[in-house]
Amino acid sequence: MDIFANLALGFSVALSPWTLTLAVIGCFLGTIIGALPGLGPSNGVAILIPITFTLGLDATAALVLLTSVYYGAMYGGRISSILLNIPGDEPAMMTTLDGYPMAKQGRAGEALVISGVASFVGALLATIALALVAPYLARIAYKFGPAEYFALYVLAFATLGGMASRNQAKAGLAALIGLAIATIGLDNNAGFDRFTGGNLHLSDGVDFLVAIVGLFAVAEVFFFIETHGRDSAVGVKLERVVVPWAEMWSTRWTMLRSSAVGFIAGVLPGAGASLGSFLTYMMEKGIAGEKGGFGTGVAKGVAAPEAGNNAAAGGALVPMLTLGVPGSGTTAVLLAVLMTLNITPGPTLFADRPEVVWGLIASLLIANFVLLLMNVPLVRVFVKVLMVPPALLLPGVTMISFVGIYSLSGSYFDLVLMILFGVMGYAFRKMDIPTVPVILGILLGYQMENNLRHAMTLSGGEWTYLFSSPIAIGLWLFAVAGFVAPIFLRGMLRRPQVAEADKVID
Amino acid sequence: MKFTTLKALGTSAAISLMAASSVWAAECIAPANPGGGWDFTCRQIGKILYDIGQVDAPVQVTNMAGAGGGLAYSTVVAERNTDPELIVAASSATTTRLAQKAYGDATADQVRFVGAIGADPGVIVVAADSPFQSLSDMVEAIKADPSSVAFAGGSAAGGFDHMKPLQVLKAAGFDDITSVKYIGVDGGADAITQTVGGFTQAMTGDMSEIVGFIKSGEVRALAVLTEERVPGFEDIPTAKEQGFDVVAVNWRGLYVPGGISDEDFQKWADRLQAVADSAEWKQAMADNGLAPFTKVGGDFQSWIDGVVAQTEELSREIGVIQ
Repeated sequence: MDIFANLALGFSVALSPWTLTLAVIGCFLGTIIGALPGLGPSNGVAILIPITFTLGLDATAALVLLTSVYYGAMYGGRISSILLNIPGDEPAMMTTLDGYPMAKQGRAGEALVISGVASFVGALLATIALALVAPYLARIAYKFGPAEYFALYVLAFATLGGMASRNQAKAGLAALIGLAIATIGLDNNAGFDRFTGGNLHLSDGVDFLVAIVGLFAVAEVFFFIETHGRDSAVGVKLERVVVPWAEMWSTRWTMLRSSAVGFIAGVLPGAGASLGSFLTYMMEKGIAGEKGGFGTGVAKGVAAPEAGNNAAAGGALVPMLTLGVPGSGTTAVLLAVLMTLNITPGPTLFADRPEVVWGLIASLLIANFVLLLMNVPLVRVFVKVLMVPPALLLPGVTMISFVGIYSLSGSYFDLVLMILFGVMGYAFRKMDIPTVPVILGILLGYQMENNLRHAMTLSGGEWTYLFSSPIAIGLWLFAVAGFVAPIFLRGMLRRPQVAEADKVID
Repeated sequence: MKFTTLKALGTSAAISLMAASSVWAAECIAPANPGGGWDFTCRQIGKILYDIGQVDAPVQVTNMAGAGGGLAYSTVVAERNTDPELIVAASSATTTRLAQKAYGDATADQVRFVGAIGADPGVIVVAADSPFQSLSDMVEAIKADPSSVAFAGGSAAGGFDHMKPLQVLKAAGFDDITSVKYIGVDGGADAITQTVGGFTQAMTGDMSEIVGFIKSGEVRALAVLTEERVPGFEDIPTAKEQGFDVVAVNWRGLYVPGGISDEDFQKWADRLQAVADSAEWKQAMADNGLAPFTKVGGDFQSWIDGVVAQTEELSREIGVIQ
């Protein structure tokens, strides 16, 4: 009963014309920011902070604007993943795997619609879950110590074997290169720099946004120059946007499962949305098996990561609001905004400032519907932004990427690094080595190592500590299953008749 | 036609985003990612400077995370040494790291420390159900078995949070400080979740990081590392009154580039004093568990020189540097 009273309070705040206007503006800007490579939700929100102060927005209005941008960017990231094969932001990385093949087959419209609806389902369910169980769910974070986190990251990497559709050894190599890059920088547990060559710019490690823009966007530019645009990803045409009802309906369980897994990944402080989209894609790929055709352009392959990363975006708000622990880069920025507005997130926030929390939840619900409208019926508007002639688009995208990267650190060093990653991405593509595992290595390697080191510090070097809790053991079992199962499944699929016969009995 | 308009709208939105992050207004560099103490300093001081009319345009906050503040420090020294419109958030961590030579060859005299306008008292907290009722209980437990208590803090090993419990143990006559377990996690709130979850036995951090958790009753503060009890938190005893003569506060302030004129230095000192005197800042301090601590201008610079020398000596003594 309480929840309805609270929601009523929330909607009374969120439904004022001013707040609604801000939500619409936020959704629009967010989708554009998400769609442009190099500008992701975290720097998009950070860039908008001064504007909220200039406009003199109060706490609720500022939060509504910024979280609309956040959600909007999570929707928008998929657009360039599908059309350009360049992820608009890091969680949209997995969407390139099936989204771009779909676009190449002339099904860009279907991919955009299905991923848009999946985004909506994921975000809506996550927002509802946020409203219902946030204060209780925050306790999950208390159950995760270094050993549990380490097992979680092992699980992510264990499923990597099924990542590449063609050559698993190459995928493994790419992941190891990513992990190696992740060791660059200050060793947080000993206080020494590693592999920095005395360069202070490297002592905080390599920013994965730099790596992403370099490996995807800059590499794409090199390819474009080489082939004069013939083999380049850019230039996929969006013909008609029709709603593929039947195909969408076939992904319903994928969307629901991915929303649940994504939400939980978001609740756990760590890699947040990126881990969410990765785990959901891998899970669905595992469930579909070899015959699912993941990686060749299937609807489930875009529905899973999009439902997953949007649900994770909602999930990441849970620890941010209830514990003050940001679950992702963007929620770290939002946390900073809250603190500036003299709202201290933490266990007492729901009781102390109900109008802020419930106003936020109500406006997230509204933003979701606005975003569904913008991203499905009106998706052409955003596509138009990306559909200018490639000769103009690529330099433009590159320029925005450079500005976005420069805004991260305010230093030219990252720009040089980004170009180096571009060269690497180009070389990898020539050698048919996938670049997504590289990013995952960089993204997860730091936390994975840190948690292992923490576990060893706490246990005094006793390795059995890693298997000392039911949660950790459960995660390890999933990891082993995720690693071993594809090997056996492949063996079974060589005898399709037997598999078919089994199906009939079911 | 319609699409052209919308495209133009999109483009202009993108341009205005870039304009908003330009460097026309005064700029405050927070040498860390958003969400931490330096970021708070920049955003709060920047906001108040604008609200009370000390600057004409909102202060642009740039997050320049890297090397625990070392990246921002070296960038300011090497690339922005004469920029009169630049301020950089600083705290005890800045001087600790300078004293420990953690910023490469950089030294504290390469910039000018303009002032501190608040201090975040150091605290040592335990989960509500912890067997430790006082700081002495914990110190005795560590003396009996150093591996029985692990600390979590928001700074890397050797950082300010790590040094707080070591200073207390040192004051208690415990010398085997390398055997004390410490894990450096991503910020104070994360350190608290590890402690409440029972993975570590205590959390070392700043008062501002624990306010919400103290109110909700999930953690208990064993001691605050100040001269006197902190206003608003009178029921938390100081380490000093429990017999451990340790004072460790994380002051919040700013430095400016070393190459600016004395007039520009004074301009920032005056602006900072105005922020310190404002009602907004007093409210912000109260809301965030900061204790009053105002030192501005020339006084502050000479105080800093003393602190750096003292920290260097202490770091050597507790073995963080040779």
